[in-house]
Amino acid sequence: MNPSIIFSVFSRDFKRQRKRMLLTLVAILWGTMSIMLLLAYGEGMKQQFSKNSKGLGDGIVILWGGQTSKPFMGFGKGRRIHLHSEDVDYLKKRMPELDVVVGEYIRWGVQVRHGKKLISERVNGLYPQYETIRNFIPEMGGRMINQLDMDLKRRVAFLGNDTKDRLFGPDIPPEDVVGETIYLNNTPYTVIGVMRPKIQMGSYQGQDSDVIAIPFTTFFAIFGDPYLDNMIYKPREFDNMAGIEKRVFEVMGAKYRFNPTDDRALSTWDIVESAKVTGNIMIGIQLFLGIIGGLTLLIAAVGVTNIMYVSIKERTREIGVKMAVGARKIYILAQFVIEALGITFLGGLFGMAAAYILTELFKIAPIESQVLDFMGRPTVSLEIGITVTVILGILGFMAGLFPAMKAASINPTEALRYE
Amino acid sequence: MIEMKSIKKTYDTGSVSFDALKGIDLDVDKNEFIAIVGPSGSGKSTLMNLMGCLDTPTGGEYMLEGNRVETLSSNQLAEIRNRRVGFVFQAFNLLPYATAYENVELPILYAGLKHKERKRRVTELLGKVGLADKMANKPTEMSGGEMQRVAIARALANNPQLILADEPTGNLDTASGGEIINIFEELWRDGRTVIMITHDTNIAKRCQRLIRLKDGRIDTDNGNGNGNGRH
Repeated sequence: MNPSIIFSVFSRDFKRQRKRMLLTLVAILWGTMSIMLLLAYGEGMKQQFSKNSKGLGDGIVILWGGQTSKPFMGFGKGRRIHLHSEDVDYLKKRMPELDVVVGEYIRWGVQVRHGKKLISERVNGLYPQYETIRNFIPEMGGRMINQLDMDLKRRVAFLGNDTKDRLFGPDIPPEDVVGETIYLNNTPYTVIGVMRPKIQMGSYQGQDSDVIAIPFTTFFAIFGDPYLDNMIYKPREFDNMAGIEKRVFEVMGAKYRFNPTDDRALSTWDIVESAKVTGNIMIGIQLFLGIIGGLTLLIAAVGVTNIMYVSIKERTREIGVKMAVGARKIYILAQFVIEALGITFLGGLFGMAAAYILTELFKIAPIESQVLDFMGRPTVSLEIGITVTVILGILGFMAGLFPAMKAASINPTEALRYE
Repeated sequence: MIEMKSIKKTYDTGSVSFDALKGIDLDVDKNEFIAIVGPSGSGKSTLMNLMGCLDTPTGGEYMLEGNRVETLSSNQLAEIRNRRVGFVFQAFNLLPYATAYENVELPILYAGLKHKERKRRVTELLGKVGLADKMANKPTEMSGGEMQRVAIARALANNPQLILADEPTGNLDTASGGEIINIFEELWRDGRTVIMITHDTNIAKRCQRLIRLKDGRIDTDNGNGNGNGRH
């Protein structure tokens, strides 16, 4: 089999069938565009979800107290386990594989006053590391709580963007709030920053935009809560989250004397695991969209097959002539397969280009919408391009193969008699 | 060149089977000029298709230029059709969308020759049949005689020694038919073997040997000492 023969014959045959090829091309173009746009929509959604899920924090595990469910060392079950402020240092010292360990106090229904405005809010006592691990990013002109605030137990407050709106009004720019004094249960605090708005999918005990954050040490000095509400740890490596959690239970179990296998003694929320689950759901959605798009493309491919069959009927005599002058079966076979592949790829190329242009246009389109904040904007990725190309290749080949096998099996003497 | 021994061809269409050839014994030497005549349905075209390896017999032995045709693969048969046999049909069977040049080029293309060599040969062949100025014309822009000359040029594309023509003048007027027969005669004088089916007794008379078929058998054969014809 000589590929140049097949190519020469193909390029000659292509010229005369312009109209038919063009129509089929449009069908493939449409199918390709559909699958591309659907996949791009899924991809945009996936990227947006992953961005949104990082609003809470990336690669962190949240830990809080629980109740034992197994008797241990003479203690009965049903014993409450509380976390304490010293547990932060205790855990950090014993587990070098943890990059960050921090604690958090939460108190609800604190009276917050600014000028004549009096509201009831939630106050959190936090570590400075929340800036990075929980994305407490300050707006320009402000800052997040720092180590010096911690060490000096300063009375400073970092506000969530919604809290700022409730306290100062939405029209006041965030930088103007910095330096203002607010009163928490009549104790004055200086506002040092306002959180940059973020999209947050997961939350525990309220959205971050509603926060009033003060230094952990200040919180303890003022309110004196006996127990920690939460601890957050972030490992250096994320490939063994389950192993690290097991070790945390062993270390904490040694201190509070609970069975390290008692998974109810402490409660945990592994963001990495949750992200994995969300990721799988997203893959499922993309697969679903891909299948819908694939079916659209399949219909177009059936169109190609159909046209190839018709074309074989019309060209029976031509096939006979070609065989009579010495075309091998494989050349006839290849001619039809290549024709189908040619149409498919050409249509696919245009379809991809159209889909790409559409998504790019949509990206720069000035649409502001909360739906878009959650769903994201359609995004074409290299993976999508490769996937679609492979699907096109398979469909094009199949579309051509069956008509081609029929064409190649034609008896030349009968084909020459065919009118 | 051709040796056929009790060649049979039966068309089997499920319930009905039809014996197109019922046992043909035929020897053809190099450089013969043969007319095959006979009433329609006598098996002329079937015989010609078998000779040109377009079809395979259902019985008997066929040797073509020393090859046992029954033992050849479909690729080998394709190669024989490509290089050793030139076909000319009553209905011309040119590709309608292709130019004269492209039609003649097709067999050379399948023979796998390079573009330059193809061009040289096609130009030479079309010149030989007097169509050097019609190379870029499509069949629809040509007369019947011209189309048949393109078909002859195509049949000669890979310089085969055997030319098979199935009523080549059947669709032509007397004048252009005569020109076509002249070309065939010339090919024969060049040393080729030309076998032609015809209904025209005048044309048949110009051939050196006449084979008459009847009901799938050779009725008379005036050549080659087969013993069953007029000498």
